Amino acid sequence: MTVSTIKSRPIYPGLSPDLNARRNIIVCDKAGAAAVAELFSRAGSAFAERATIILADSLSATETQTLSRDLAPAAVEIQPTLADGIARLRQLLETAPMGLRLYAAGSEPLIGLVVQAGLDFSIDHLSIRTEHRGSLKRRVQCVHCKTFIEDVTTNPVKCTGCGLTLLVRDHYSRRLAAFQGVCIDAEVPGEVPPTEALYL
Amino acid sequence: MSGNLLRRVRVAEVERVANRIKRFRLVDADNAPLSEFSGGSHISVVMHAGDRLLRNPYSLMGAPSDTSSYQISVLNVEDSRGGSKFMHENVSVGTELEIGQPLNLFPPAKLAKKHVLVAGGIGITPFMSMMNELDGLHSDFELHYGVRSLEDGAYCKYLQSRYGSRVNIYRQDQGQLIPLERILGDQRLGTHMYVCGPKPMIDWSLQTAKLLGWPDENVHSEQFSAPPPGKQFLVKLARSGREVIVRGHQSILEALEENGVDAPFLCRGGACGQCETQVVACDGFIEHNDHFLTEPERVSGKKIMICMSRIQTGSITLDL
Amino acid sequence: MGLTFRNETFRDDFTYTNSPSNIRRFPFPFVEDQYRYSVNIEPHTPGPKGSPFEYHFDVDEHYVSEMRDRAMVLAADPLRCQALPHMMTAQWDMLELLMTSLARDYPEHFTLHRDGSAWHWINRPLGIDQKFTFLDASTLPYQPMEFIGRQVQGDFSIQDQRDNQLWMDAGIITSQADWSLDFDVGMNFFEWHGPVPLAHEAGVFERALKFLLNLQIGKPVRRLNWTMTINPRLDTSPENYHKWASDRMTVTPENVGKKVHLRVEMQGLFRLPRSNAILFSIRGYLMSFEQIVTVPKWGRRLPRVLASLPPELVEYKSLGRYRDMALAYLAPYDDGAPTSPGGGPD
Repeated sequence: MTVSTIKSRPIYPGLSPDLNARRNIIVCDKAGAAAVAELFSRAGSAFAERATIILADSLSATETQTLSRDLAPAAVEIQPTLADGIARLRQLLETAPMGLRLYAAGSEPLIGLVVQAGLDFSIDHLSIRTEHRGSLKRRVQCVHCKTFIEDVTTNPVKCTGCGLTLLVRDHYSRRLAAFQGVCIDAEVPGEVPPTEALYL
Repeated sequence: MSGNLLRRVRVAEVERVANRIKRFRLVDADNAPLSEFSGGSHISVVMHAGDRLLRNPYSLMGAPSDTSSYQISVLNVEDSRGGSKFMHENVSVGTELEIGQPLNLFPPAKLAKKHVLVAGGIGITPFMSMMNELDGLHSDFELHYGVRSLEDGAYCKYLQSRYGSRVNIYRQDQGQLIPLERILGDQRLGTHMYVCGPKPMIDWSLQTAKLLGWPDENVHSEQFSAPPPGKQFLVKLARSGREVIVRGHQSILEALEENGVDAPFLCRGGACGQCETQVVACDGFIEHNDHFLTEPERVSGKKIMICMSRIQTGSITLDL
Repeated sequence: MGLTFRNETFRDDFTYTNSPSNIRRFPFPFVEDQYRYSVNIEPHTPGPKGSPFEYHFDVDEHYVSEMRDRAMVLAADPLRCQALPHMMTAQWDMLELLMTSLARDYPEHFTLHRDGSAWHWINRPLGIDQKFTFLDASTLPYQPMEFIGRQVQGDFSIQDQRDNQLWMDAGIITSQADWSLDFDVGMNFFEWHGPVPLAHEAGVFERALKFLLNLQIGKPVRRLNWTMTINPRLDTSPENYHKWASDRMTVTPENVGKKVHLRVEMQGLFRLPRSNAILFSIRGYLMSFEQIVTVPKWGRRLPRVLASLPPELVEYKSLGRYRDMALAYLAPYDDGAPTSPGGGPD
């Protein structure tokens, strides 16, 4: 098994506005915020006024100020971590009506977790508008012990659960919001290729 | 592997259920059990109307779990190509017909949290089995059914007595219109809308949903349209070298069948994709009437769905 | 028909083998000497008496032991059997299809009594006698797919059909060729075939999907697929990959005939009537090279096919470590004579 071009690997076409949506929920990180600002400049302020932005990242006071200004007139909620951001998203979806449009911009783990939350609320993944910005880091599931390994930047990577050295495949599960990691030295234990920082 | 497994059935009951609408109950000719089906399915009915061979699709209306009989409703269309007129005038209790196996191109979305069904006139038929299924699964649904009058709308009383407040009927003769904007404007996340009826109604419903910010993935429609008529033209078959004339009120598929040419098909409504055929050459303008080919495929002129589409005039050479 | 069920293992001491009478009914998948990827779908109509195609669901001498191995896999890893919540109707469809088929085709082993929704199922080889209410899952010891899936050879997945796609939303998969149900459940047809090389580019999956979306009730189809497995191991899952992959290093020129097995999947596809889903049965057959070459036609053809495999496929099926040894082992059985068309023995 080697890394290859695999059809399950998601494609992120870039943000485009649904001007008809009566409410927009946008989840982004610091890098994704730039894509959101560009979206607003294309779509106009009436669109932005209908938007709630969940900005899930650790920000300095200056960054908070700058980004809130850049993303006005949308309501910007800042959440310190991605997990907090997703929890807040799920809370908003709980009571949301049809006519809502969901957007995600930033790292792949962020997009993946937004899409996964959407699925739990019967939002088709194709109706979620996504744009990848910033880090190439990945969320990986160890196929052997099922542990999720967050913020993976190298291939291979050591499983934080069972300790096996995993090849990160391009095979991706939306349900799990993760790429698949498979033991790389199963045939000859210890025969491991050099670690490459592929996903910085 | 062309076509659909055929089964011989006998008409066990015919009932006039509304103006110009008859309900037919079909049983297996040898009284064998029929296969179960899923909500939203249809069958094609084969008719030998004079010298013409017709196969019209009709939604199955009974309970999906009822294997003793199938029920269909047929509206006698004024501008009929002959199929519905044949069913109304030539088919009675005891008549034997051939039908295909149930096929479902209009299933309820299994992941939906709620289903909003929008029907116009005879477009009620696919929802009959769909509601039966959804009700059995305790799924949340509501029906909005527009009729010209209570005399023109089939099954109004039955539906209201069976499903109560989940059924909403709108009478055109009393100036009632389906308040779709209000209905779609107040639905929980994860709701899907389904619409079946005349084309303008479908277009209006899809547009209303779009303007209210409903994602395309949450709206579904089904329209049974006969192949639109046109002028006579010539079909040349590249493999066999034969030539077949398609008359104005025929589809290419019907003309091929009339001439004993075996071509693939399934739904005969331009939706399933089974009859996709390669165009070798064409000196006329192709009128694509299907719902299957993508825009780039249409523009390329290399493919045609022979159950629905035709050319304006001239001749077309097909890879058959 | 007089089936005698073998008592054998698919792990540890690997006592699995085919009885001499079982060898000729092996569904040898190569219909010509040259390897060619094709969709090779054909109607799943009854085949010759005694062949694995005689019935829709083939029961053979390995039945009881295979079911024992499945129970062991499920006990160790319950995630090998999963169904998303909207698949309950399809689960019942599957149970009905399997029970009615087995009771009709193997009356000496299986009996189904139906009185409305009161059903009574008897499986003599496994000693199961179960009365239950059809469509009421609380009357069975497992969910319907798992209940019947524990009693039929081969893996099963159920595909929901929506939005012109097939979605693998349920399955009981314990003897797979290195793919994970737990990872793939919920994926569409293109996604779960994602790792397969070459075929996407050739448009194979697009054509296959279009065909399957129009699969009709009562008109099932089948195709054969194959890979190779070291030792007659059923559980070649990614979950346990770190435990079985090293088997490949144990192949030597001396043991290659015993160790290397051709693993053939007879894949059956059935439209399920109530749910409009598609049942995918993946019935596996294992035979060692040593047994394959006892049929002269197969001994001639297998080395020819193996030599003609494209490199991407050698890698995808992980044959690289031992292909040369396998070819050397097979070479003496290819006398250069022409072979007859089709996969069956002469």
